[in-house]
Amino acid sequence: MYKIIRKQVLNPTVTLMEVDAPLIAKKAEPGQFVILRVDEDGERIPLTVADFDREKGTITIIFQIVGATTEKLNHLNEGEFIHDFVGPLGTPSHTEGLKKVAVVGGGVGCAIAYPIAKKLHNNGCEVHSIVGFRNKDLVILEDEFKAASNVMKMMTDDGSYGEKGLVTDALKSLIDAGNQYDEVIAIGPLVMMKFVCKLTKEYGIKTVVSMNPIMIDGTGMCGGCRLTVGGETKFACVDGPDFDGHLVDFDEALERGAMYKEFETAKREEVCNLYKGVR
Amino acid sequence: MPNMSLKKNEMPVQEPNVRNKNFSEVALGYTEEQAVDEAERCLNCKNKPCTGGCPVSIDIPAFIAKIKERDFEGAYQVISQSSSLPAVCGRVCPQETQCESKCVRGIKGEPVAIGRLERFVADWHNAHSTEAPVAPAKNGHKCAVIGAGPSGLTCAGDLAKMGYDVTVFEALHLAGGVLVYGIPEFRLPKSIVQREVDNLKALGVKVETNVVIGRTIEVDELFEQGFEAIFIGSGAGLPRFMNIPGENLKGVYSANEFLTRVNLMKAYKEGSDTPIKKNTSVAVVGGGNVAMDAARCAKRLGAENVYIVYRRGEEEMPARNEEIEHAKEEGIIFKTLNNPVEILGNEHKFVTGMKCIEMELGEPDASGRRRPVEKPGSEFVLDVDCVVMSIGTSPNPLIRNTTEGLDTNKHGCFIADENGATSREGVFAGGDAVTGAATVILAMGAGKTAAKAMDEYIKNKK
Repeated sequence: MYKIIRKQVLNPTVTLMEVDAPLIAKKAEPGQFVILRVDEDGERIPLTVADFDREKGTITIIFQIVGATTEKLNHLNEGEFIHDFVGPLGTPSHTEGLKKVAVVGGGVGCAIAYPIAKKLHNNGCEVHSIVGFRNKDLVILEDEFKAASNVMKMMTDDGSYGEKGLVTDALKSLIDAGNQYDEVIAIGPLVMMKFVCKLTKEYGIKTVVSMNPIMIDGTGMCGGCRLTVGGETKFACVDGPDFDGHLVDFDEALERGAMYKEFETAKREEVCNLYKGVR
Repeated sequence: MPNMSLKKNEMPVQEPNVRNKNFSEVALGYTEEQAVDEAERCLNCKNKPCTGGCPVSIDIPAFIAKIKERDFEGAYQVISQSSSLPAVCGRVCPQETQCESKCVRGIKGEPVAIGRLERFVADWHNAHSTEAPVAPAKNGHKCAVIGAGPSGLTCAGDLAKMGYDVTVFEALHLAGGVLVYGIPEFRLPKSIVQREVDNLKALGVKVETNVVIGRTIEVDELFEQGFEAIFIGSGAGLPRFMNIPGENLKGVYSANEFLTRVNLMKAYKEGSDTPIKKNTSVAVVGGGNVAMDAARCAKRLGAENVYIVYRRGEEEMPARNEEIEHAKEEGIIFKTLNNPVEILGNEHKFVTGMKCIEMELGEPDASGRRRPVEKPGSEFVLDVDCVVMSIGTSPNPLIRNTTEGLDTNKHGCFIADENGATSREGVFAGGDAVTGAATVILAMGAGKTAAKAMDEYIKNKK
């Protein structure tokens, strides 16, 4: 059982939790993830490590409430326990030797992009962050990104905050302004990563994306998280979750991600109804 | 006077058309009368050929003699001297190629039903015994076991009985390994596995779930934490695929994923949080026990047509005869001498069919089995909406990639000598992590051998 030390509602659909998990905190690196089960008989879901504190022995997760499990997780409070919490899984993001990087985060993907930006920044790398949200109410981690970036661009789809437009618009203008990036790191919805990669391919800039497919065990056992990268089948849990974005078959990943959509929607409604009952 | 019937006492089972709609255990177990009657068939041979066929060397005639005397608890005590998981082995061991293959009664007629008797004795004990095992006095030495599957649990049990302070590290949230994620409830009820794990805990074994060795903790750190010897029983968990077009369509599963969803995550139960797609027609590719398990699960989940697609003939299937028979009785359709060449999908990338080609058997290959050869122009499409790939697994690379000086072969299996010792001092290994995918009992045998070697290693080190 893993105790929730801190819970913070970042916006109506995104929650942060700091969880007591000393063994994982000792090892975790940006880009890695944990798998958790909220309760006995719960499903196993992967969540990327948003932050870690080796001294306090805690792991921070940031999640969007999308399905039954995240709905249940969101109903847990400080002092309560998550049944299972295992990690750190996956290969850490590669940050060594990078001198100038554009970090692109979209929506809750910013939670994964942030620790990478922070690590790069701490390593003395010049970090240009571009963060995008649908609207002002959904903005998260603004101050954190500011602190970890030399340049930061805030984008919203409706223009209610920062600049109106897509992250690709901002990235394009930064590149066109003469910025030469060693690498672009893009983390967010699959569609966003797909279009960032399309853009950077035109410019020939290496782009790394973080994939978050459906998985069960997270150790290479089930193969449910497989995706096609450069024509080869890879397992996101052990070969990734970071991959060369120019080689990833995003269309296949989009299809695979939607496999259980109907089940998930129905299940979440069921859980929501249950909670209505107890309120 | 022994019972000279040429036939084994039949195992009572659920009717095929009833059991293929539920997940309750197929075989119901002998009654006391059946067990005693079957035990009477044993000739109590002095040279005990059956014991020689048992990977953990159970004194088989001795436990059967106790059954004849109706001393069922006594029979259990005999078995438990050699086996830490009798209720499991009585169910999943391939006795027909082990102990029972050596039985003198098998020369003319059927051998004594040793497996069924073992199961009877273990179940009798579990139903009647109230005594928890007593933890032996500790000898002050610490051992670590990586992986709570058959080899790891056996190794841990034996070390604990010798007085070692044993900690088992398990990557999943539940101990049992393939016994909980792979073998279905209807063949091995999970309550039985849980009881065996509880027995180990009563012996003083600590089980740390949610710890991935190679990620959460590395092997070298275990030594730093004061563990003097380490056993790696991490299994062969990495699924293989065929690398044919369409394998990443929705509705194609590895057997590991399919079975894990059904068994470990209980997707077969109404209201489970873990989804599994409901299918009409399922093709399971492969001919091993795992393929049979997957096919029988698919049938129970409500699929109308379930096919076993296997490139060789039925004779060449590695699955146990009993599993093949059970699968056929339950309505699984066998498409032997067929090999998939492509999986077909619709515009939403869901599986709609599997293109296969007919095969014929040619000359024997390296495995001694006749090599299957494609029949040109014989392609056809099998109408299915789900494909389960059950063509084998390889060991997980996490430990070998994070541990210096641990030699592996070209298949990624740890290289260990006959005692389980690896190239790294103090590190032992056994089970599928060494042999590649094999059986529960061979893994248990390896765990047992390694426990002895670890004991000697620690004693000699003093």
